[in-house]
Amino acid sequence: MNSANDITQVIPQAADYVRILPEIVLAIFGMIVMVLDPLVDERRSQKTLGTIALVGSLAALVATLFQAQYPGLGFWNMVRVDSFSVFFHFLVAAVTAVVILTSYEYMQVQEIRAGEYYALVLLGALGMSLMSSAVELVLIFIALEISSISTYILAGFRQRAAISSESSVKYFLLGSFATAFFLYGVALMFGATGSTSIAVIGDVLRSGHIPVLAYVGVALMFVGLGFKVAAAPFHVWTPDVYEGAPAPVVGFMSTAPKAAVFAVLLRIMFEADAPGRVWLIWVVAALSMTLGNIGALVQDNVKRLLAYSSIAHAGYLLVAFAALPKNGIPAAMFYTASYAAMNVGAFAVISHIGGKGERYVTLEDYEGLGRRSPLLAATLTIFLLSLIGIPITGGFFAKFYVFSAALQANLVGLVIIGVLNSAVASYYYLRLIVVMYMREAREEVPVSPIPFGLGAALAISLVATIYLGVLPGRVLEYAARSVGELVR
Amino acid sequence: MTGLDNSMLTLVTFIPLAGALLLLLFPRRDRDIRLFALVVSLLDFILSLHLPVHFQRAQTGFQFEVNNLWISNPNIHYHMGVDGVSMWLVVLTTFLTPLCVLISWKSVHERVKEFFILLLVLQAALIGVFVALDLFLFYFFWEATLIPMALLIGIYGHERRVYAAVKFFLYTMVASMFMLAAILWLYAKTGTFDFVSIQAAIRNGQVESFVGAAPWLFLGFFIAFAVKVPIFPFHTWLPDAHVEAPTAGSVLLAGVLLKMGTYGMLRFNLGLFPDQSRSNAWWIMVLALIGIVYGALVAMVQPNMKKLIAYSSISHLGFVVLGIFSFTQLGLDGATYVMLAHGVSTGALFMLAGILYERRHTYEIADFGGLATPMPVYATFFLFIVLASVGLPLLNGFIGEFLVLSGAFRDRAVYGIVGATGVIWSACYLLWMYQRVFFGKVTHQVNLSLPDLSGRERAAIWPTAVVALVMGVAPLLWLNAIDPAVQTVLAPFAQLASKMVAR
Repeated sequence: MNSANDITQVIPQAADYVRILPEIVLAIFGMIVMVLDPLVDERRSQKTLGTIALVGSLAALVATLFQAQYPGLGFWNMVRVDSFSVFFHFLVAAVTAVVILTSYEYMQVQEIRAGEYYALVLLGALGMSLMSSAVELVLIFIALEISSISTYILAGFRQRAAISSESSVKYFLLGSFATAFFLYGVALMFGATGSTSIAVIGDVLRSGHIPVLAYVGVALMFVGLGFKVAAAPFHVWTPDVYEGAPAPVVGFMSTAPKAAVFAVLLRIMFEADAPGRVWLIWVVAALSMTLGNIGALVQDNVKRLLAYSSIAHAGYLLVAFAALPKNGIPAAMFYTASYAAMNVGAFAVISHIGGKGERYVTLEDYEGLGRRSPLLAATLTIFLLSLIGIPITGGFFAKFYVFSAALQANLVGLVIIGVLNSAVASYYYLRLIVVMYMREAREEVPVSPIPFGLGAALAISLVATIYLGVLPGRVLEYAARSVGELVR
Repeated sequence: MTGLDNSMLTLVTFIPLAGALLLLLFPRRDRDIRLFALVVSLLDFILSLHLPVHFQRAQTGFQFEVNNLWISNPNIHYHMGVDGVSMWLVVLTTFLTPLCVLISWKSVHERVKEFFILLLVLQAALIGVFVALDLFLFYFFWEATLIPMALLIGIYGHERRVYAAVKFFLYTMVASMFMLAAILWLYAKTGTFDFVSIQAAIRNGQVESFVGAAPWLFLGFFIAFAVKVPIFPFHTWLPDAHVEAPTAGSVLLAGVLLKMGTYGMLRFNLGLFPDQSRSNAWWIMVLALIGIVYGALVAMVQPNMKKLIAYSSISHLGFVVLGIFSFTQLGLDGATYVMLAHGVSTGALFMLAGILYERRHTYEIADFGGLATPMPVYATFFLFIVLASVGLPLLNGFIGEFLVLSGAFRDRAVYGIVGATGVIWSACYLLWMYQRVFFGKVTHQVNLSLPDLSGRERAAIWPTAVVALVMGVAPLLWLNAIDPAVQTVLAPFAQLASKMVAR
């Protein structure tokens, strides 16, 4: 009797597998792509493998919806399916699908072999999905590594461009360093509380005396995660890596892994009730907003410009972490979703305009785009307006929720810094709009017609951006459900 | 209240937007596009006349209200309604837009489709600003005016258009951030964006820690509006924007966009923060007076006709601010009346300047002279509008300025005296400009053969001349709706005054 009980405890049940169903789906499709790569004809591999990968990401989406009906813990309390994890699973899978759609054309134009690329995108998505449902620090670490290693490689995929390899190496070296910090923090946290389970850590920390070690542990984990979301002062890698990496990959890694890391941060900060978070976050958020926006003011390369902008947006998002859980968690979740929609879209446009070898990525190359390709220009304008935070775009409500959450926590100073920063930011986004509409092209930059895949990617991100801007209520209500799950 | 009354404001606001969307699908046949834009804007004007016709003049409070839930979290309502002040501003907008279409008929010949799309979008946003009663909705429309206006200036403007467009955008954008912060604060404390509910909450003292925050909130709103008006130290974007803007852009900019600022002061600064308005009034009035005199003096020395009119706007809008912060019935009535009169006559002046530019491609006063000889009809219209703008009795400018000045006198005599010099200044610069452009001998041979007004141009100018005259002769048609609205705004001030007396 007793031994039978033991066996059921070490053998995973069917329910356990449901709890990681999207991850299983992504792994299977990733491996299919990898195995098929040498078998299909090289010229046609692009289409076939891309389609398989797209099906894989959509299947993960469906798996997520299926999984959502069976919330609960699995695998010895290491993963938890709840509305929080479902939200991020959905987001990651959707971003992956859009990125794959964008990559179709890009890979063809850049003459990059498709096989490993799509496999890595799917496996990266696996890591990111797992990060949002893992509730145990060691598993989180493993998921973080899965996601990071695939993005390191993806960043170097423009093999013909030295700058891409540079970006990959830089990202890898600094990234490994940061992950080490995270691991160190996990170890200290274990030392301080005797557990790596976030729920247990939360209980210990709430129960009374907080050891100094816990503060150090939180700080070190925050360094590691802060690097991944490109928050100042851990942001220096961002512009170089974004400049060198392939544009669709930048669209991917500036949204999906970031969303996943923010999910981890939310769990650590709110569920484990990390000590000393408000001031830590206050300083980092203020720094990120300010340094990101000031850096972006002087950029002439569109990819670098958006790199700095992503630093600033990480700052806005972190503001929500300093707020009370009741408003802060939904605000942060909404922000990740709307930022993903607008940024993936913006990079889809950039990857199309870049052309062969990504030659056209400076502001000058965008001159007169409003005339040469009115549709692309209008689409990019909407994404940029959303990044500024103009009403009826998702970006507006994202900022709105974050700032009002902060105001309700009486963080007036931080809100003022944030509001002033958004005013500064409007300048550099506007510069791009001005260039597109108000200047004539100096030299003829060719713009090829929009292929179907890219059109679909743009349409999805556009609809998402506008939807979040016109009817934000439903998404926010869904996000608000996770408050009860994270804070008990 | 019939069903039509309920949906009227929605219709008037969104018909231009629907027109713009339809234009998107139009083939690029410029003539059809222009005609369609004209039809849409005329339709909107005719519909908007429903408002003054069915407006209950004796009634205070908002009319033609619609109030539906738009988003539940945050608690945003689709709440629209007009009182006597905003109703006339809506009609002013719908009145000027068809004229803008007419005046741009020939002068815009590239990217015609985009031009009229932007114009119609701008119109929709402007109307939205005046009818929104939910602070969020208001802020949304407020920001939404920025983009089409900046694009109109930046794409269709003259040489330094990009500089002017960016300056315009940044100035107003940065300023409205402060308003957004203030709105967010109010929402955080009251849980609603509804103007009427917030107003009630403030009056009943239900807003937590309001006393400490109120001066900052007042300033937050005030800066956004002050830049838009523009009040003296914040005015530098205006001449640039005007000089570079295409004619239709200038007409809407001077005619309606600037009134967003003064309307905002009247509705939000006075409506939400009566105490702070009272205590800050002195320096605001001083700035308004500086604006009146400074704007007039700078206008006098402008060699550029359009810049002259732009500075005259600064001067005239000074009167509006003066009237608003005099907190007298006369002053506020007058301020509203100046808003409308200035919209009509300055709109007409910009159209007239644009007509000249179409023929000669210059705004320099020195390039003209003796134009009355080749263009007699044009000269007559110009004189009529100049006189209206100067404030000749029996024309529209006089009524408003007279009311404002008598209100200012009641508040403090010195304000009235300094303000009154503004009327003299405006006569100086406008008439002097008129003399240099139209009288004397024709100094440049090219000007001899300039064609007089065409039928289309007459169609654009005639309505403004007629309205200028009617507004001057029968001001009560307008004032009987404005008066109750102003009384509502002033009600807390009367209580304030009686409280002070009781003390």
